[in-house]
Amino acid sequence: MQPVRVFWTGFVLHFKQLSASPFMLGTAAAWPLVYATLAFLMFRATDQAPSLLYAALGAAVMGIWSTTATSAGGAIQQQRWWGVLELLVAAPARLILVLAPVTVAISGLGVYSIASTLLWGRLLFGIPVHIEHPVLFVISIPAAVLSIGLLGLLLASTLVLYRAASAFSQALEYPVWTITGMLIPLSLLPIWIHPLSWVLAPTWGMAAVRHSALGGNVGIPLLICAALSLAYTGISVLLLQHFERLARERATLSLT
Amino acid sequence: MTTWLRIFFIGGAVSFRALFAWIRPSVYIPTLVVGPTTQIIFFAYLGRTAHLESDDWFVVGNAVQSASLAALFGMGFAIDGERWTQTLSAVLATPASRAALFLGRSGPVLVNAAITAATGFVGAAIFLDFRMPWSSVPAILFLLLVASYSCTGLGMVTGAVGLRMRDVPILANFAMAVLLIFCGVNVPLDALPGWMSSIAQWLPVTHVIEAAREVATGAPLSAVRSDVTIELALGTGYLALGLFLIRFFEREGRRRGTLERA
Repeated sequence: MQPVRVFWTGFVLHFKQLSASPFMLGTAAAWPLVYATLAFLMFRATDQAPSLLYAALGAAVMGIWSTTATSAGGAIQQQRWWGVLELLVAAPARLILVLAPVTVAISGLGVYSIASTLLWGRLLFGIPVHIEHPVLFVISIPAAVLSIGLLGLLLASTLVLYRAASAFSQALEYPVWTITGMLIPLSLLPIWIHPLSWVLAPTWGMAAVRHSALGGNVGIPLLICAALSLAYTGISVLLLQHFERLARERATLSLT
Repeated sequence: MTTWLRIFFIGGAVSFRALFAWIRPSVYIPTLVVGPTTQIIFFAYLGRTAHLESDDWFVVGNAVQSASLAALFGMGFAIDGERWTQTLSAVLATPASRAALFLGRSGPVLVNAAITAATGFVGAAIFLDFRMPWSSVPAILFLLLVASYSCTGLGMVTGAVGLRMRDVPILANFAMAVLLIFCGVNVPLDALPGWMSSIAQWLPVTHVIEAAREVATGAPLSAVRSDVTIELALGTGYLALGLFLIRFFEREGRRRGTLERA
């Protein structure tokens, strides 16, 4: 139970801390409205486009990735700037249990994104929010948030030695939006992209959210999403162990 | 006049280099080279999803609009960056002409913005098979400079507001969002609500995007003269407003002692 307690305590702490930042709240709650508005206006302009609720759900999950891409890539660097990275590494808890709550809390801000986007669509564009399977929808949302957070962790673990990690992860904002089917159906993308989409957990998280809201199979996407999230965690553990050892050997842990 | 020109050219170039020290290739390439291309690809595919306009329509709109990325953030850092390096008071204590000081910085920002926008066209040619007549390329390059000019004007305004407001990046993001939604970048102006398309007429990039879309299909530059003239006039208006605001906020900052309060 101790790992769960460490993770949960860290998650709550970071979520509260991030929720107090106007910049993070702006990114989470306001920035997705820009893309939601664009999607609503584009989809409304033709009669062949998917439904506006489809757009609203996609824009909401895009917001979760935006927040994660903006901050998660540089999450470890951020701890370094704050001067607490050495303390975190020295703590008796495993490093993954200390860092995973940071990136999951960042993606957890996506709840603001979902709330603001659905509300925006309802109030300004009159989009009815009719959820086909409410219980599965409530399960799918945290699954999508968690999968995006763990993708963020994987990114942070991979980019730990790259000084411009933040810029790099921000550059992944549009590509991940494009290839995970958040607004664009995967069938429209070139075939060679599909395997890349399939190994990204947000693809399945988005599918679970969309199917639970609009109808369709939810179980399989949820399972694949969970399996990939688990895989990301395993890879992150290995990467963090490796980089921690390197940083200790070279005495570069606190160097920016 | 010699002093004015020296501050404009040499001061502008030195300040740009100093304030953009953070733009290393590891930051520049993901942000200003990869960014516009990925934006173009996303919206081209979103356009296919919505069955709205052709890929080329989205390529031109988003490539031209991406000039605002470098211009808005560039001017923001060119002005507000002084505060972060704690040199703002020293700069504003000099008797140098404010126009020479800040217009000089806008030159490199403008060129950088045009390069950023041009990378979008190159990316679209590689990934979306975007093609335009070779004869249109010089005119498109000219239009990118025009777009960068008007966006730099808007950047001067947002940068000036940064003398009063703390978070220039938030302001720059907001301005970019407005341009993305209102200016016919991804939604045709006639598909926007009337009030939005009316506002668009007064914003940078609306007119130059329309011009670039015509030129990219082979129209001569002379066919889009009125759009170019309006865009240049808007850019000049925003630049003038930005300079006025810099003077205004400088005076206010001195009076209230808030120049360095960030």
